[in-house]
Amino acid sequence: MKLTRSGSYAGLVLASALSLTACGSDDNGTVSTDPAAAGSCVSGSITAAGSSAQKNAIDEWIKAYQSRCTGATVNYQPVGSGAGIQQFIAGTVDFAGSDSALKDEERTAADARCKTGKAIDLPMVTGPVAVAYNLPGVEGLVLDAPAIAKIFSGKITTWDDAALQALNPKTDLPSTKIQAFHRSDESGTTDNEQKYLTAAAPTDWTFGKGKKFAAPGGQSAKGSDGVTQAVKSTEGAVTYTELSFAENAALGVAKLATGAAEPVELTTESAAKAVEAATVEGSGNDLALKLDYATKAEGAYPLILVTYEIVCEKGTPSDKLALVKDFLSYTASEDGQKILSDLGYAPLPDSIRTKVATAVEALA
Amino acid sequence: MTAQQTYDEPAGPDGSGGALPQTRGRSSTRLGDRVFRGFSLGAGLALLAIIVAIAVFLIYRAVPALQANTSGFLSSTDWDPNNPEPSFGIVALAFGTVLAAALALLMAFPVAMGVALFISHFAPRRFATPLGYVVDLLAAVPSVVYGLWGIFFLNDRIKDTSAFLHDHLGFVPLFASEGIYGRSILLASVVLAIMILPIIASLSREVFLQVPAANQEAALALGATRWEMIRIAVLPFGRPGVIGATMLALGRALGETIAVALVLSPAFLVSIKILQPAQGNTIAANIALAFGEANPIGRGALIASGLVLFTITLVVNMIARAVIYRRKDFIGGTL
Repeated sequence: MKLTRSGSYAGLVLASALSLTACGSDDNGTVSTDPAAAGSCVSGSITAAGSSAQKNAIDEWIKAYQSRCTGATVNYQPVGSGAGIQQFIAGTVDFAGSDSALKDEERTAADARCKTGKAIDLPMVTGPVAVAYNLPGVEGLVLDAPAIAKIFSGKITTWDDAALQALNPKTDLPSTKIQAFHRSDESGTTDNEQKYLTAAAPTDWTFGKGKKFAAPGGQSAKGSDGVTQAVKSTEGAVTYTELSFAENAALGVAKLATGAAEPVELTTESAAKAVEAATVEGSGNDLALKLDYATKAEGAYPLILVTYEIVCEKGTPSDKLALVKDFLSYTASEDGQKILSDLGYAPLPDSIRTKVATAVEALA
Repeated sequence: MTAQQTYDEPAGPDGSGGALPQTRGRSSTRLGDRVFRGFSLGAGLALLAIIVAIAVFLIYRAVPALQANTSGFLSSTDWDPNNPEPSFGIVALAFGTVLAAALALLMAFPVAMGVALFISHFAPRRFATPLGYVVDLLAAVPSVVYGLWGIFFLNDRIKDTSAFLHDHLGFVPLFASEGIYGRSILLASVVLAIMILPIIASLSREVFLQVPAANQEAALALGATRWEMIRIAVLPFGRPGVIGATMLALGRALGETIAVALVLSPAFLVSIKILQPAQGNTIAANIALAFGEANPIGRGALIASGLVLFTITLVVNMIARAVIYRRKDFIGGTL
């Protein structure tokens, strides 16, 4: 009995020694590049953290990238933009995902982290925000920015309100009470929704912007999944959420009357059109975008969310640089952007995508 | 000083055994004692050190945010710390936290007492043991599970109950409403009540089982019915333990994070409309909801709110201690 036991101990020791050696040999070639081959792979591992709004996109990219490059490991932790930027500043992640470009007070600290260079914003994932509703029998509801502002600030309380009926002359709207749901956690989706309302309905939305929902009243739930579920289970409810959540829950998605000839339906194409109308606000390789939320361009859906990867233009640690560069150049490639459509995101328009690709190429 | 006393206290009865003090330190048989004493002293001191370290950390991280605050932290109901001009106050959060926890306790305590007494004094042994296991099992369910159950299952049911309460008891300010129910403080406190019920029930049951048989038999011999016996022999004896259990439970209710964050539709208001959504918020839930997107000042503000929660919990515990010590003479040597 005793003999067997010591025998198994010996086996255990042997096994752990073996596995330790195995780890050791893995570590030796952390990063090895072969620039000669096209579509080459870099092995090693990098960590990123930030926005949960781009989590699905990054997850999909990681899956695709890692299946092509088996030696590479990319970790993305959807801890929230603010926390992601903090971790980037602290140097614990190689790049951060964020729902908004770096603010001035963050920029100094972020630049300091990139010792020899500065931190830049690269728009990478854009997604439309759907105004999703639960009204049985009502399809193709049309809303405009002032109506949305009034709904979410509690000024319009029933669905058959004259203002809503005027936007939907062909539909007989029910007298159901409106229950507007917003996000109870702070979120980039809320931020963009409020930026949109501030820009497109300045007289009706006087509550300001920010990641915290600012208007009084209304109900709330945690996360995109939370608000979607709340609307799904409550007749007469309405919320704003990423398109994929609204589609998965089979909720109605409102068309936006933007001032264009026809109310704009939400599709990845119409969202991409609105991104195209954006202008680059950053300088050099910093590609912070200024969205035109009040655009009246034909077929452009202006309620969109642009999320960024924040990365060091110069000064990424040399053992991580090759993989950061290779991974981001994949995400900014045509292939990389194409796979996003199925997830309810909108691909970057080529005009912006090529700039991002160039900026990634210049990372050092 | 306090630590020295705790060190000395156990030595008292131990050293009273005649010749022991002289041989202490030399005899090898005392080694175990010394090691154990050192270990328990270390553990006690470590606990104090951890509490102090937590308090120091919270204060250290909260101060910059509190200095940047443009409104009174202890008087404002606002919560907007991520603004370039941060403005935040703890009033609404602290009120909601205490309200939800108090309601939870109010609902859980009587049921927990019933469960504990049933298991310890009424149930046949065949039922008592498995029932005890089930209660313990309930305490082991993770809070996120309670939260999911609360939002997906309980929310729809509580809407009807809320409507009923409002229709029939609407004149009570607690049950005032504008006709929308669910995701309310009531829902949060029901979920909390279910979460803390097993803590109170399980610990109280253990205490009730410790009541000396002699006391109970004496009561019965004097002609007491079973209820009278429980009232005069079991409950007084168990009171300190029950209070301790309740405080532990209250601590969990005050600090519960994710379950509340999932079920509550929060708002920064001081309101006692417990049936309606968006009437209150709790400190812990707010930290969970706001931490990810907070900037450094916002983070400091959340930590400051954590400091308040820490203080509330300490105060509640101190009050409970005081209650127990006040009754110490009556209960004799049970402490």
